[in-house]
Amino acid sequence: MDEMVLEKAQAAAIATQPQTAAAELREVSKVYGAFAALRNVSTSFEMGSCTMILGENGAGKSTLLRMVAGLISPSRGSVATFGTTPQEQRGRIAYMSHAPMLYDELSAGENLRYFAGLRGDGCGLCTGSPEMALRAVGLDPHLKRPVGQYSQGMRQRTSLARVLQSDPELLLLDEPFSNLDVESAEMMVTLLADFRTWPITSGPMAGIGRRTIILTTHQAHLGAPIADTTLTMRAGKIASVLKREPAI
Amino acid sequence: MNYLRQVTRHLLKDLQLEWRSRDAINGMLFFSLLVVVVFSIAFDPTGNPTTTRQISGGILWIALLFASVTTLNQSWAREVRNSVLDAQRMVPAPPSALFLGKALANLAFVTVVELVIAPLFVIFFNVHALGNGWMLTAIMPLGTWALVVNGTFFAALGLRAKNRELLLPLLLFPISVPAILSMVNATTDVLTGDVDPIQPYFWIKLLAAYDIIFTTVCLLLFETILHAE
Repeated sequence: MDEMVLEKAQAAAIATQPQTAAAELREVSKVYGAFAALRNVSTSFEMGSCTMILGENGAGKSTLLRMVAGLISPSRGSVATFGTTPQEQRGRIAYMSHAPMLYDELSAGENLRYFAGLRGDGCGLCTGSPEMALRAVGLDPHLKRPVGQYSQGMRQRTSLARVLQSDPELLLLDEPFSNLDVESAEMMVTLLADFRTWPITSGPMAGIGRRTIILTTHQAHLGAPIADTTLTMRAGKIASVLKREPAI
Repeated sequence: MNYLRQVTRHLLKDLQLEWRSRDAINGMLFFSLLVVVVFSIAFDPTGNPTTTRQISGGILWIALLFASVTTLNQSWAREVRNSVLDAQRMVPAPPSALFLGKALANLAFVTVVELVIAPLFVIFFNVHALGNGWMLTAIMPLGTWALVVNGTFFAALGLRAKNRELLLPLLLFPISVPAILSMVNATTDVLTGDVDPIQPYFWIKLLAAYDIIFTTVCLLLFETILHAE
């Protein structure tokens, strides 16, 4: 009961603060059985920033990302996105995991049209349509082959198109460069740098807000050109935070 | 209106996925056909026509129940594969629309199987309705929906369980007892035609009430199930 009161008080305290953080974690821990994936993590991700999270396997990168996405809840502490719970901000957040999050039996275009249709308000203005989103990631929108027959790299790019077409203000990418060849990875980096400049045209931050990216990777050299913050995790804790000007 | 559009999108997606793979319908058809043939051999329908008529309602529904379970168990597998369910959870749309779309798709699959199995059942068991045959047009969809709506819900409930194949029948069968009782009795009454004609109406009303209650409960609880860790 006390914990619930404390959580509500923390959430209320976050809500009353001026909104500068796209996501904020306060003393967050996540325990799976006897394994602590996150240990008392407190950090915030400023609006308009691009944060690259580095760390070994099992360091807690994906857990942190899934928590910001609202897919898992903390065992202790509180998580806020845009001042409230991630669940209340679903329309403003997009999450790409290392699994493609696509139906194998449908083509890329069919997958994207299905998810765009579920949002109700159509597609993002910058990507325009599922076709344009697919072109943006370098895929042929008229490809009839089902996603199940795509290469890993093509699936990864389709997955990126899926999240970009939702026009998110907060983009969460879990290992976006894995399975990509050098050329595709560099194209993705350029696209993400471009994505940060797209204006926000709807919602409470329309015209004034900037887009935020949080990505995890093992390929630091790929994320470094767009990242202004590098956060290193070790054994469920934040080991270091490094801020600098992005190259792109 | 927007909600109905969401339900339709989920339904069409599931129909499209099934059309491409035909996993569910083929499995169900094979299984139910097997049950009908095995029971027809075991009970000798031509030798004992009265007994056969009395048990045929039960056999038909048992065949459909077992066949449905094989499909219902797999109905969420496509969502779990490639973590599509996470994408569904992130969509700013009512989760109950996803549930309703999937339940309607499952209803369509089981109905297709019923349409194929029913004539074969009539041939193998040498039965025809002695009562009001038109009542079957109410009993079949109501009974099928009772199985499908609970089956879809409990299959989602068991998504994160290790023994989900076992969990579904364990949960579904006991909770479906009132529905199974109603559909078997109503079907048997129609096939035998030797009871009070009022009796099938009672079972149909009971079945309709069961459907309304459980559909409402499943729709209300599905969001909790979907976001459970």
